[in-house]
Amino acid sequence: MKRLVLLAAALCLSGAAYAVEPAEMLKDPALEARARDVSKELRCVVCQNETIDESHAEIAHDMRVLVRERITAGDSSQQIIDYMVSRYGDYVRLSPRFMTSTLILWIGPFVILLIGGFVVAARLRQAGLDPDLQIPDEQLAAHSEMGDKT
Amino acid sequence: MTDTVATQPRPQKKASRWPYLIPLVAVLALGGVFAKRLLDVERGVEVNALPTVLLDTPVPAFDLEPLPGHAQGLKNEDLKGQVYLINFWGSWCVTCLYEHPVLLKVAAAGDIPIYGVAWRDTPEKSLAWLAERGDPYARSGQDPNSKAAIAFGVAQAPESFLVDAQGIIRYKQAGPISMQDWQTKIQPLAAMLKAQQKQ
Repeated sequence: MKRLVLLAAALCLSGAAYAVEPAEMLKDPALEARARDVSKELRCVVCQNETIDESHAEIAHDMRVLVRERITAGDSSQQIIDYMVSRYGDYVRLSPRFMTSTLILWIGPFVILLIGGFVVAARLRQAGLDPDLQIPDEQLAAHSEMGDKT
Repeated sequence: MTDTVATQPRPQKKASRWPYLIPLVAVLALGGVFAKRLLDVERGVEVNALPTVLLDTPVPAFDLEPLPGHAQGLKNEDLKGQVYLINFWGSWCVTCLYEHPVLLKVAAAGDIPIYGVAWRDTPEKSLAWLAERGDPYARSGQDPNSKAAIAFGVAQAPESFLVDAQGIIRYKQAGPISMQDWQTKIQPLAAMLKAQQKQ
């Protein structure tokens, strides 16, 4: 059990492997941090679901370098993202913008959760159980103890 | 968990059957989506191509170094006033091999000039490639660090853009141009744009 917890903790704490090479990095740590943030917003255009920060694709490398050049030139993070969007379209944003065509992405999960809730409630009622049924505390305690032992 | 539920006797109610059809419907719908994509691939629709945001917008500014031994590089301002095709390629690009004979034929026909951007390549390799296979490009420029490629929103080579006399991008081809693409899409559009130019 302890080992499992340790493993889970290690997996949670370890970040993804990044593709940024030392030679690309900016000397100023604050600017470099901003470059990393911007890079994490931008999707690699040839690898579908990686950020340019993670991708080893050559075009991703060139995009990272361009991001850093723009930052050094004094562009704001938003200006850089806007530039990339003006070239590659909304596709290049890793987190889609809230708009009509992405509505289903944003509210879809909540709608499904709601439907699931209704189904569960209906099922419980059908089974003759009150959905608001309170389980006595001592019964809950007994169960959580059993759960710990396994 | 089991004992709490078991304490309440289950009323014998007949559950309706239709919820069991939901997975079936979902699978059929998913199958439909897959079938459409597969048919698209069959028909040669470029399913992974990004939507073109630059269509009908001015060509991005570029000023590219010439290949060694070539007098002129590639500068958008120099190309104004003509209908042309600009083609991003690389000696490392496999599908460019497929496209190359088409470009040679198009260049020989002389309808419109083709300008080449040697993308992410060394000048030596670009020159060797052109020397071996023939050079369809009226002019060539180098884009070793993707400046022009990113400005054009190029993701993968080859990609080509048809630009009109006003410097507006009128067509984008992601992936290689086949002879059929040229004859059915690009050539008619280019002819139309040239006719407009003369008016």
